Amino acid sequence: MRPLVEVSGLHIAAVDGRGAQTPIVKDVSFDIAPGEVLALIGQSGSGKTTIALSLMGYARDGTRITGGSVKLDGTELRGLPARALQQLHGRDVAYVPQSAAASFNPSRRLMPQVIESAVVHGLMTRREAEAKAIALFAELALPDPANVGNRYPHQVSGGQLQRLIAAMALLTSPRLVIFDEPTTALDVTTQIGVLRAFKRVVREHGVTALYVSHDLAVVAQIADRILVLNQGEMQEIGEAERLISAPSHAYTRSLMAAARPPERNERPAAEERKPLLQVSALTAGYGRIGTNGMPLIPVLHDISFTVPAGHTLGIVGESGSGKSTLARVIAGLLPQAKGTVTLDGATLPPSLARRTRDQLRQIQFVHQMADTALNPSHTVAEILGRPLTFFGGLRGRARDRAVAELLDMVRLPAAVMHQRPASLSGGQKQRANLARALAARPRLLLCDEVTSALDSVVGAAVLKLLAELQSELGLSYVFISHDISTVRAICDQVMVLYAGQMMERGVRRVLSSTPRHPYSDLLVNSVPELRTGWLDEIEPAFGLESEVTTTFPNARACAFFPRCSVHIPGRCERDTPPIQHLSKGADIRCHRSENELRALAGTAVAAEV
Amino acid sequence: MSSTVEREPAHVVIKRPRRMPIPLLGWVGIVVVAFWLIMAVFGPMLTPHPAGEVIDPDGFGPMVPGMWLGSDVLGRDVLSRIMAGAQTTVGPAIAATLLAVFIGGTLALAAAAVGGWIDTALSRTMDAVISVPSLLFGLVAVAALGVSVPVLICTAGVIYVPGAFRIWRSLAVNVNAMDYVSVARERGEGMPYIMRREILPNLLGPVLADCGLRFVFAVLLLSSLSFLGLGIQPPDADWGSMVRENLPGLIYGAPAAIFPAAALATLTIGVNLLVDNLPGRER
Amino acid sequence: MRPALAVTGFLLKRLLFAAGTLLAVSLAVFAATEILPGDVAGAVLGQSATPEALAALRASMHLDLPASVRYLHWLGGMVTGDVGHSLVNNRPVSELIGSRLPNSLLLAGAATAFCVPIGLLLGICSAMRPTSVFDRVTSVATLSIVAVPEFFIGTLAVLVFAVNLRWFPALTLSPRIDSVEGFFRSMTLPVLSLSGIIIAQIMRMTRAALLDVLRRPYVEMARLKGVVGARLVLFYALPNALGPIANALALSLSHLLGGAIIIETIFNFPGLAKLLVDAVSTRDMPLVQACTMLFCLAYLILGTLADIAGMLANPRLRAS
Repeated sequence: MRPLVEVSGLHIAAVDGRGAQTPIVKDVSFDIAPGEVLALIGQSGSGKTTIALSLMGYARDGTRITGGSVKLDGTELRGLPARALQQLHGRDVAYVPQSAAASFNPSRRLMPQVIESAVVHGLMTRREAEAKAIALFAELALPDPANVGNRYPHQVSGGQLQRLIAAMALLTSPRLVIFDEPTTALDVTTQIGVLRAFKRVVREHGVTALYVSHDLAVVAQIADRILVLNQGEMQEIGEAERLISAPSHAYTRSLMAAARPPERNERPAAEERKPLLQVSALTAGYGRIGTNGMPLIPVLHDISFTVPAGHTLGIVGESGSGKSTLARVIAGLLPQAKGTVTLDGATLPPSLARRTRDQLRQIQFVHQMADTALNPSHTVAEILGRPLTFFGGLRGRARDRAVAELLDMVRLPAAVMHQRPASLSGGQKQRANLARALAARPRLLLCDEVTSALDSVVGAAVLKLLAELQSELGLSYVFISHDISTVRAICDQVMVLYAGQMMERGVRRVLSSTPRHPYSDLLVNSVPELRTGWLDEIEPAFGLESEVTTTFPNARACAFFPRCSVHIPGRCERDTPPIQHLSKGADIRCHRSENELRALAGTAVAAEV
Repeated sequence: MSSTVEREPAHVVIKRPRRMPIPLLGWVGIVVVAFWLIMAVFGPMLTPHPAGEVIDPDGFGPMVPGMWLGSDVLGRDVLSRIMAGAQTTVGPAIAATLLAVFIGGTLALAAAAVGGWIDTALSRTMDAVISVPSLLFGLVAVAALGVSVPVLICTAGVIYVPGAFRIWRSLAVNVNAMDYVSVARERGEGMPYIMRREILPNLLGPVLADCGLRFVFAVLLLSSLSFLGLGIQPPDADWGSMVRENLPGLIYGAPAAIFPAAALATLTIGVNLLVDNLPGRER
Repeated sequence: MRPALAVTGFLLKRLLFAAGTLLAVSLAVFAATEILPGDVAGAVLGQSATPEALAALRASMHLDLPASVRYLHWLGGMVTGDVGHSLVNNRPVSELIGSRLPNSLLLAGAATAFCVPIGLLLGICSAMRPTSVFDRVTSVATLSIVAVPEFFIGTLAVLVFAVNLRWFPALTLSPRIDSVEGFFRSMTLPVLSLSGIIIAQIMRMTRAALLDVLRRPYVEMARLKGVVGARLVLFYALPNALGPIANALALSLSHLLGGAIIIETIFNFPGLAKLLVDAVSTRDMPLVQACTMLFCLAYLILGTLADIAGMLANPRLRAS
């Protein structure tokens, strides 16, 4: 059978205003058989989206296909007139973008947008198209399929929009569907439901697809074959099963190593060390503090934990869980409404202005985005030098020496000293960001998603550096992340947050042993494993794949109850759940007892919302 | 873990940001603006005839060698008067611009860095001032305070404070929201350090462009007042008042009113081209 | 807050701010025109006036009362339409304004009717083909028009069309509305001169608003669905750019005021702006006060409309 898509010797270049070309895709060749799903794997800047768009005969402004051929069912797409390409778009080839939220016209209702390609190409009547769309909505497990199309984009959640845009792509039964990182912008628990829905329709409709992603584990669940890209060049292409179990190319192996960084060795139990940071009964939020002592928009409710000296506490949660707010409270940027923060036995004043310079020095914040955390108009030497002067009184040559030492500490060449941030790579910026925090000679680092904005290989190196610095300098970390495998790689203790409430906390291994808090269970079960077939065989979790809601009828309710498949009606939405100790060594906040959770484990339903 | 992820090799490190070339139109702007600035300083010394001397007894003379741009209503050399008038046109406008940018910029930095009710109060006041049309503001001020160069400079300065404030404030608020400012606050840095060292350096590019535009506005306002007879008063003459005094000549087809207006046009278009084509500015 | 409530709340706030601004402006105008050197009564009666006559005039003009009382009196007059007497030709200010207002409205109306369609059309055309020759040419041309003074365009128009071509009269002593031909002959040049800047403003702002929308990911998505041409503009670009465009229109039209002051002077057009300029030259303060307040009112109305249009551009509010 002839392949549906044949790409050979494809070259694509970025063209600037004066016509100078920089190659971004170099000599890429592959084909896709009818009914096959080919995955394109690569990190940012690898040219994967550019290649995907070229299958539509489309090059974004500033890029140009400079060589090779792209054939769809035998028709050469290069040089095809605009009119013919327009006939192709939405009818023969459909596109599912990364951000559905940005890809829907905000001023039109959803249904006319979903059926638009069928209408403009004259494939169906409006009524037929709407009927087919509603059937697809149901297949993609959208709630209320008959009416969801009457809403405007901003009235629908991110995960649902992603399903809607997939329905839009599939409506015309195109011969090829391009999925461009369709689940990357979603929270991990949402991603898994969307992925499952995609997989089902792809399988049932026999869709031919190109699936673009940076995440090998996601791709392993849905692709038949995988193509690995690095900086615009093909590294390896092969059957998904074979490539995952026996990668032949060194780059693929480094991707796999970075995707699932190894867990660090177990270290002495927490009880043996005295706590450096102690947070008790912390409540915080934004806006004016009311008469009941609660802020107008509460974000964190009654949070308590300790961080032993030299240890790392990982804080895990999805967006909206309040984990960054927690770091801001500890740093003094946001004074808490209730509760205390103690450092080495001394209570810290809530607001920054009341803390002593020495207290400020001991806690340093490492921000997520090094791009915005480093002042673009300062050189690296100035950025690192200021805290050295401010806290240590270093000047002149002593300061230069200290800057050089810091750069060495974070494995940056001394030559970057006179550079400004704009001329550093992403990983180098994050190292400089880290070095600035170290310049204060702190005892505690608050690391807020420090590897999330980095490519996995670079991020893994930063994680490794953090671990080394910890053993060299005896630092303590509060490590905030949405990514369970990152937390597992670096943390001694973990705390799971949901909508500002602590759900489970304990040593790192509590995440891998059952019974778990229903939310931890959902979180752990939602992380795709790096093997094919995982998606088909995962055990149902206690939690429902829905999205975080932060508005509750009752402030005392368990924040997770709307999504909890084992919640106790009449109790979870009314009473504050007790904190109870499990025999595996964890504390959880739940009305269910350990025995109940264990007994329920087999009965949880994989319901979707 | 494989050794490739150990550290990033030092030799791929340094990407130099490529210096953006200035497009042709930008060069045109630079040349024109530089020309008029030089004229503003040395113009009065370089005139072929004294600016006030009556050479042509009839007035509204044609363009002839020696009087390349003809003569004006009183028979004075138009070219000489334009060269001399550059100073009276550009000088007060620069002074007014500096005044507006200094006051507006300082208030804006304070509003952005301090925030709270000070920010709200300042922003509201500026909104109110900006809701009076500038030429009208100028007319009322001149009606009340009379016409003199200091009054003109201060009036134009005050009129463009809110505009400068708005631009500076919106830029400063954006910079203020950056993590690096937050880092400085976490460190316990004082407000003056944050304003001067963390915020200000990142505003300079856009703020310079804004200065250029505000200068154009000031030139247009001051010359419009002069054109209405309510700006620079005789015997001094800026380009606006030269258009006014030669306006009757238009009936006879004398170009004496057109040349000073055209000089103004080249200056303002020149500044606009320069500002629009500054390197690194998105179009 | 429910969107409908949010809209009402926003409108109320915006109107309140406009009213407050107008009040502040009235205070400023009153204060500015009261601090003028010299005595109004003296200025009116001249140097030979007897002290008795001066005192009588002061009393009749309420100049003997404290400033705060006079301000309230004046403000009351403004609201009720009794805006005092002109000091120069001793006619009621309302009468002077009444005779000029129709001419000004005619000029503004004609300019609006001329500028809006042309500006919008040019803006949409150049946004549809950015970086095309047409776009580059209009871009440089409009930049130049916006940058040059109004009186440059006005004088150039007079030189070319009235003096060299002799198509239109150079001066407009009164707009002739009695015949179509007379109307066009007297209004064309003022309207054309006034329109240059307004058209350029509308065009530039429309283009920017449309380009901003056309860069959004949902427009690329629509192209990849096979949506092109008029459908793309009608369903994607325009609905989302409507608010910014309406905002741009209102802002551009507020330039009519400043432009009118210059254009009416060049063409000797008997409008309100000319009245104001003459009043400033003769220091006829009651007339200056009344004209200024009228202009500010018009400007504030346009500014408020612009803000409301900008708010309505938010689909979250508009959708519900």
